[in-house]
Amino acid sequence: MKRTLVYVAAVVLGILHHDFWLWEDATLFFGFLPAGMAYHVVYTVATAGLCYLALLYAWPEHAVRFAEGSDDSGDESE
Amino acid sequence: MTQLLVICFYLLLLLGLGALTQRLFRGTARDYFLASHSIGPVMLLMSVFGTTMTAFALVGSTGESYRAGIGVYGMMASWSGLVHAAVFFLVGIRLWALGKRHGYLTQIQFFRDRFESDAVGLMLFPILVGLVIPYLLTGLLGAAGVVQSLTQGAFPEAFAATQGGVPPWLTGLVICVVVLTYVFFGGMRGAAWANTFQTCVFIFAGLVAFYLISSKLGGAAAATQRVMELHPERLIRGEQITHLQFLSYLFIPLSIGMFPHVFQHWLTARSAATFKLTIVAHPLFIVLVWVPCVLIGVWATSATMPDGSLVVPPGSPPNGELATMVQRLTSPLLGGLLGAGILAAIMSSLDSQFLSIGSMFANDIAAHYLGRDRIDDRRRVLLGRVFVVLVVALTYALSLTEPLAVFTLGVWCFSGFGALFPLVFAAIYWKGATKAGAMASILATAASWLVLFRESGYGADHAYLVLGMLPAATIFACSLVALVAVSLVTEAPAQSKLQRFFPELSGAGGE
Repeated sequence: MKRTLVYVAAVVLGILHHDFWLWEDATLFFGFLPAGMAYHVVYTVATAGLCYLALLYAWPEHAVRFAEGSDDSGDESE
Repeated sequence: MTQLLVICFYLLLLLGLGALTQRLFRGTARDYFLASHSIGPVMLLMSVFGTTMTAFALVGSTGESYRAGIGVYGMMASWSGLVHAAVFFLVGIRLWALGKRHGYLTQIQFFRDRFESDAVGLMLFPILVGLVIPYLLTGLLGAAGVVQSLTQGAFPEAFAATQGGVPPWLTGLVICVVVLTYVFFGGMRGAAWANTFQTCVFIFAGLVAFYLISSKLGGAAAATQRVMELHPERLIRGEQITHLQFLSYLFIPLSIGMFPHVFQHWLTARSAATFKLTIVAHPLFIVLVWVPCVLIGVWATSATMPDGSLVVPPGSPPNGELATMVQRLTSPLLGGLLGAGILAAIMSSLDSQFLSIGSMFANDIAAHYLGRDRIDDRRRVLLGRVFVVLVVALTYALSLTEPLAVFTLGVWCFSGFGALFPLVFAAIYWKGATKAGAMASILATAASWLVLFRESGYGADHAYLVLGMLPAATIFACSLVALVAVSLVTEAPAQSKLQRFFPELSGAGGE
């Protein structure tokens, strides 16, 4: 379940990349960072957060066992 | 002159590091090409990041932001953060596991084995080498632009044609010799050490450059305010970047899944857990590098000297915006240090690329076709080195022709690699992918890339789009359709053979 949620969150993050609502927005954050760039900086940091969750809940354990030569049948599901 | 001395000192330091890592060389081909799978989490992060952040990321991003504004960050950096991390997670770990289990040294060995076809390997070899060449070119052009701008006026008599700056032919030659030397000394281990060192240098130099340049311009807020007054269009995307164009940049970072040098770095990992730090920290490192570069590029459109003249005058040589800002707004000593930082980013990619093409030739062509009995480890390393020298000589000759913008050249190169992504993804996740499908995908990629590259005037048309999107989207679609369609109408490999690649799918799902 958690693994599925991680993958769904990744897709949602992918969709949120297209910030059409900020296309013409010249508002400055902290006095120097335009809105269209500030959004994507936060977006990149959020990506790192999602990656951390992926390591916790979607780590491909079977691939690790396979590499060590101890996995004959394998099972990626939780 | 001071800048040049600092840069020369830095290059000597790198040669010293190469000599040091030679002492750790164990004398086997596996050690030379993969550092005997001994690389830990920090070095993997630094070497993979250093390899992916090239002249394109520093010199190219600054130049493109100078022309197209802040949208460049969203187009390239934030897409890269998401896509790179996803590819490391979904493709990198799995390929590492397959490589470790079956003993692959190169990407082509994997594809040849997966599709049971020498022809797939033979088709991939010239395409991968052919696409690495423009990638190498971005490095040489970027380095030449940086050093020429930084040393402008230093040698007015010796280099009158370049306004006293060190000419591109000399910079290219020195960079090639230095990188070749330390790669030959230490192989992959030397490259990983050098990359780790150089990644620290260029991240630090980038942050220092950002601080010094913004201070010189009266602070970050004042620098942006100046752009707001003179070039407000650079602070939004507006009509400079269309929605479809922005979206289609998604296909560019997919290229990381097919870079031969990144594949090779993945195989150096000591264990799967080694990837964890890279996956989480890579997007954060992208922020550290791209935010300063994009902002400096945008500020360069409006920044002025005390006499009111523009810091980067219109018509300045391409690929020199970042170096010009550094040269004119900081002291010579700091300019030299920052220039060394920019070169560090460039060289930390060149070394891995040199090594990967040598590795492909030695293992996939020489050893595979002449026989491993006749080509022992020592000869394999030697043949790899000879081939690298030939490719570097060709790239160097190409770099002396009319220079293209690094960003444009990089985008074309990544378009080709990105279009091959369906091939690697299908190879590890789709049992139904067949040899004929793989060959069709490779052919479709090559043909569509060549046609569109020609249509764009061989990259001369910087604004070339297909249906409003980057050509990368069309090339990707051709590759994907060819792979799926041909695989569906041809016979899938035997189940027993596939178990070597899909151990977890012995009974269910996946197709």
